[in-house]
Amino acid sequence: MGLMQLFKFKGGVKPATNKAQSVTLPIAKAPLPSVVAVPLHQSIGGTPRPLVQVGDKVLKGQMIGEADGWISAAVHAPTSGTVREVGMYAAAHPSGLLTDCVVIEPDGEDRWIERQSVDYKTLTPEQVRELLRDMGVVGLGGAVFPSHAKTQASRSVPMEELVINGAECEPYITCDDLLMRERAAEVVKGIAIFRDLLQPKRVLIGIEDNKPEAAAAMAQAVQAAGEDFQVVSVPTLYPAGGAKQLIRVLTGKEVPANKRSTDMGVQCFNVATAYTAWRALGHGEPVISRLVTLTGNVAEPRNYEVLIGTPMDELLAIAGPKADTDGIIMGGPMMGFLVPEAKAPVVKATNCLIAHSPALFPPKAPEMPCIRCGSCAQVCPHELQPFEMYWFARAKNFGKTQEYNIFDCIECGCCSFVCPSRIPLVQYFRFAKSEIWARERDKKAADGAKTRFEFKQLRDEREKQEKAEKLAKAAAAQAAKKAAEAAAAEGGAPAEAAAAPAAQSPEEAAAAAKKAAIAAAMERAKAQRAQAQPQNTDDLAPAQQQEVADMDARRARLRDIAKTELVHPEAHPAEAAPAAPADDGQTPKN
Amino acid sequence: MLIAIAIMALGAVVLGAALGFASVKFKVDGDPLVDKIEAILPQTQCGQCGYPGCKPYAEAIAKGEADINLCPPGGAEGVGKLADLLGREAKPLDGVEKPPQVALIDENTCIGCTLCIQACPVDAIVGAAKQMHTIVESLCTGCELCLPPCPVECITMEPIQETVDTWKWKYPVVELKRVA
Repeated sequence: MGLMQLFKFKGGVKPATNKAQSVTLPIAKAPLPSVVAVPLHQSIGGTPRPLVQVGDKVLKGQMIGEADGWISAAVHAPTSGTVREVGMYAAAHPSGLLTDCVVIEPDGEDRWIERQSVDYKTLTPEQVRELLRDMGVVGLGGAVFPSHAKTQASRSVPMEELVINGAECEPYITCDDLLMRERAAEVVKGIAIFRDLLQPKRVLIGIEDNKPEAAAAMAQAVQAAGEDFQVVSVPTLYPAGGAKQLIRVLTGKEVPANKRSTDMGVQCFNVATAYTAWRALGHGEPVISRLVTLTGNVAEPRNYEVLIGTPMDELLAIAGPKADTDGIIMGGPMMGFLVPEAKAPVVKATNCLIAHSPALFPPKAPEMPCIRCGSCAQVCPHELQPFEMYWFARAKNFGKTQEYNIFDCIECGCCSFVCPSRIPLVQYFRFAKSEIWARERDKKAADGAKTRFEFKQLRDEREKQEKAEKLAKAAAAQAAKKAAEAAAAEGGAPAEAAAAPAAQSPEEAAAAAKKAAIAAAMERAKAQRAQAQPQNTDDLAPAQQQEVADMDARRARLRDIAKTELVHPEAHPAEAAPAAPADDGQTPKN
Repeated sequence: MLIAIAIMALGAVVLGAALGFASVKFKVDGDPLVDKIEAILPQTQCGQCGYPGCKPYAEAIAKGEADINLCPPGGAEGVGKLADLLGREAKPLDGVEKPPQVALIDENTCIGCTLCIQACPVDAIVGAAKQMHTIVESLCTGCELCLPPCPVECITMEPIQETVDTWKWKYPVVELKRVA
């Protein structure tokens, strides 16, 4: 833990950390739940395609959802059992809506699929990335971005720093703290995987200075592993654990809104992500469990290793929620949300469940008008102007909120925390953001509809025109033919004209023209028929052509035989009898 | 005196030529107002306004022939936007605003007559003669134009269900609680 220069990000707040309650006990393994519901969509990007059906037996660690595209990550069965349902199930989402889940009834055996540890150093980086994707390794800090997609350095900018995020700034949450205390060696091995993929010059592990035990454990593990990672204590200041904030504190770099951090030569991973990456490669274990802090209004706050898909109410019951518990917060008190459906499953993003009670989180007094004091702007870590964004979001003037860079807001909640008028600013920003997204979706759909409508009109117009042209052409051809025939009739007339009376010639000419027209029509129909005939004998292999020729020859011979027999029925009785059915059976019917 | 007149005349000729050139060079094809109006319209192409599509309606509004409150899919919000754009007074909508919907073909009843395919303004129905038809949900604008031509009435309109991906955070409201 050498001395190094740290930087500051603007703003930030210092809420009561409330972490001490849940760090007294070591990590425990949560008991097998009665049911596990694994949502297919647990990461940013494409929704994985389900690989199992109702009634299938699955083993622990078996892939049940295959990654859909590059920005996506597979999901796996957290325990062995039977698939009871593949369909809509309660989601760990503030909406309380349902989402696609694979519901598994555990068989109690918890039997693993065959696990294979791989030496990732013998694989190409592409293979390692694919493996990470198929093992479902995603950012466990909360954003659940597929990790493999973050392990590619920018082409133009060399990688300088790899930042490992162990800050865990949000109050109440201690799962990363305990992970680093107890499993530091494996975290370090996971960091080495990311280091090898990204090849940065330095690796910085940022840990808030309120977690000295974790920092010590990590430093020791780094030393034991013989790595040159730097463990850095950063000042405790919410939200120091935000990726952009931690990068700023450790490297002094500010990642602009329209750039990726790799464009600045830096990348950031959470410690828990590094741990799962090592478990995936070193032990062949996909991401089927994670550490979850159970705290708040419970008898025994503690960190548990929890299977993904465990119902939240069932999980919280382990910690013994007190009688006045009236809800579950997923995440921390700053950025978390009240889970509308208590049976919703734990997902890869679930780092903490807080038992909510009116005593612990007293209801806020009603909001008061904004007095434009500017406190929110002072604490905003992204240097935004929340009071301006609030004003326009409230007025539903979404264009203006975008002018004030609402999409740079990370919804950390510092502004709401300090607002003297108790305005739920973040709620206004979330509202504005989702409205803007909905509008963009609508706009895109409308543009698509317009394009298709215009194309359809164009097509209708073209078809109409083509039809008219065809009709005109046919009419012209008919007229020309009639004229030609009339001329021919007149040309051939003189010889007959001498014999026949002149009065009959126009009648005859008309009859001849009619006849000619009928003949022409028949000719056309014939030509059309010839064209319409299936031409499946066109491009054949020489062997097939030979076969067809043989068949034709045989048919011709049989026809001849039939003919001769008709003439002389007694001539070849022995040959004719088998010939007839053979003809029927062998003739290919096109 | 003469020189002054000559200079002024020369200036007039030069500037006139420049203006004439600019009017040819930078000629705007079509009415830009029509495009602005069309951008506000929802592109359902439903014809509920009485015009055969959103563009004809936009043209009619631009010419002043049509009122701005004839588009039910655009809703009151659409009327408000048109009023803002055109500097007119917003009016109540002439028609009933419906929640977003998509058409659904009952595939057991469909006889494969292709009439709905021909009626669909946005190519959202796939199928062929005597083959079952189906609606591509993501492309359907919910215009209801496929309903009348169907001889077996196998098409129904279904409201679009909210999903986790399309769910929106609600506008924050102060909940009032009875104190005493």
